Amino acid sequence: MNFIISLMAVLALVVAAFLGIEAAGLSRVFGVAIPYAAFILLISGVVYRVLNWASSPVPFRIPTTAGQQKTLPWIKRDRFDNPCNKIEVLGRFIMEVLFFRSLFRNTRAEVDKGPTLYYQWEKWLWLGGLALHYSLLVIILRHLRFFAEPVPSFVPVLGGMDGFLQVGLPGIYVSDAVFMIAVTYLLLRRLIIPRIRYISIPADYLPLSLILAIGVTGILLRYFTRVDLLKVKQLAIGLINFQCVVPEGIGTLFYIHLFLVCTLIAYFPFSKLIHAGGIFFSPTMNLPNDSRMRRHVNPWDYPVEVQTYVEYEERFREKMIEAGLPVAKDIAAGGPAIYSLTKK
Amino acid sequence: MKIYDGRYVISGLIVFIALATFPVWFNRGKVSPSPEPKLDTPAILEMVQKKCVLAKDEMRIGHMRLLDQWRTEVVRNGRRIYTGMDGKIHEMSFQNECLKCHSNKTTFCDTCHRYVGLSSSTPYCWTCHIAPREND
Ligand code: HEC
Ligand code: HEC
Ligand code: HEC
Repeated sequence: MNFIISLMAVLALVVAAFLGIEAAGLSRVFGVAIPYAAFILLISGVVYRVLNWASSPVPFRIPTTAGQQKTLPWIKRDRFDNPCNKIEVLGRFIMEVLFFRSLFRNTRAEVDKGPTLYYQWEKWLWLGGLALHYSLLVIILRHLRFFAEPVPSFVPVLGGMDGFLQVGLPGIYVSDAVFMIAVTYLLLRRLIIPRIRYISIPADYLPLSLILAIGVTGILLRYFTRVDLLKVKQLAIGLINFQCVVPEGIGTLFYIHLFLVCTLIAYFPFSKLIHAGGIFFSPTMNLPNDSRMRRHVNPWDYPVEVQTYVEYEERFREKMIEAGLPVAKDIAAGGPAIYSLTKK
Repeated sequence: MKIYDGRYVISGLIVFIALATFPVWFNRGKVSPSPEPKLDTPAILEMVQKKCVLAKDEMRIGHMRLLDQWRTEVVRNGRRIYTGMDGKIHEMSFQNECLKCHSNKTTFCDTCHRYVGLSSSTPYCWTCHIAPREND
């Protein structure tokens, strides 16, 4: 059901773009206005989310203790799983952002007919996630050829490496295949594994359905229906130079592709996709575990008037003796205090 | 609103915005016109009806597929005759047909391909097929 909702949403977007172009002829809206609006939403949304996060103080260390903390010199410690300074935190970050290290630790717990709980090695999620993110990166970099003139020299090189199979014309890009397989896997994983389906809501399916639809339209455009790339590039260059040229006859499928991408980037800051920025704000990631080395003072602490026990007893001693409560300093006996309490 | 760790946060945001707007400052407002592939080769100038194998729009969008089809036909199926637009007969040959008319690789094929970001070695065809000699 949740999946159906997100699928319907994506289909509605496709139909909206289709009707907008085919019936209403709104190629200026879909080719110029919506891309600008989406880009502005992306930038301002990310800035807003980031500043919002940055305005919450995190006074104490909340480290993930996935390894031995720094302690006595003869105890072997885990530098990157339990970092104690900024450099080591940076190391942990690099490994997390580039290799998704915490996902690599993923295991699957299963009770297999009986009371015993098994933990299984489970690397598919990590592999699927890594494949998706890296192929997406390659695809985004390759798209620079439409947005930059002259095309930066690394882009054709990347395209050549990506198309190294040299199968068919236009040649198949490996990243396209990897991307489609990874997205399909991640979607099927949510749909098929009952526990994951149980915790999946439309907001989990929507980004996946959206990028799947973007992938499908992109593949159709490149390998099947084809578009005039010269016109597409004219449109793109016009957009980034703030001269809105909308060449005639690019084709509706292209506008559908563009509209889906616009939706994705506009949706980016307000969805789970903002984890791209959020990872840098996760306290379990960005804080060194130095609670035992440095004193962390809560910035919210305000001065509170305190009364030590000695002062308290000084004030209430008479009454305490009357009530038969033990007191520290026995006045009647004039002797030494039973136990000494000293004000610091 | 107080920003904690402002140094890191602001520099991170600046990096993000710089990357996201990369094309804008990379182009710096230079508008480069879309390329005009030159059709002034001797073979084409001699033609009465200046027509390609298929209609111009079809060629522009789908010439790589036509080439692929020709290659398969010749190399796999051994057929060398192709009936193009208006029933015109073409020999399916990259060098002897396409490049006979389009003997200006640099001002024809390459202008477009550079514009859409294929490097001069992609299409990789030229590693085997010989590009026509120009200007010498
Ligand atoms: C009107 C501009 C234009 C002209 C002229 C042109 N091409 Fe292309 N060519 C393109 C575009 C656009 C692509 C698509 C690139 C893509 O999809 O990545 C392309 C792609 C190709 C490809 C497939 C490359 C790949 O790796 O996917 C081949 C092969 C090719 N062209 C051959 C030629 C040859 C040979 C000529 C000269 C006879 C030529 N083209 C002239 C625009 C042009
Ligand atoms: C008989 C000569 C001839 C042959 C053979 C020929 N072409 Fe053309 N080609 C032309 C002419 C003339 C035009 C311009 C068509 C027009 O303006 O309507 C053209 C146009 C094109 C265009 C579109 C250029 C543009 O500005 O949009 C491409 C791409 C192209 N040819 C590629 C090829 C390829 C690839 C082959 C081989 C499969 C080939 N041509 C074979 C004569 C030829
Ligand atoms: C590894 C070397 C090599 C590469 C790279 C190569 N070809 Fe070929 N091609 C050949 C050979 C060999 C033949 C066979 C020629 C024959 O039998 O007449 C051929 C034949 C063809 C033919 C049909 C027959 C003819 O005489 O032209 C076409 C069309 C063709 N190639 C297009 C291409 C295109 C387009 C590319 C780039 C995407 C390309 N080839 C890349 C080696 C190559």
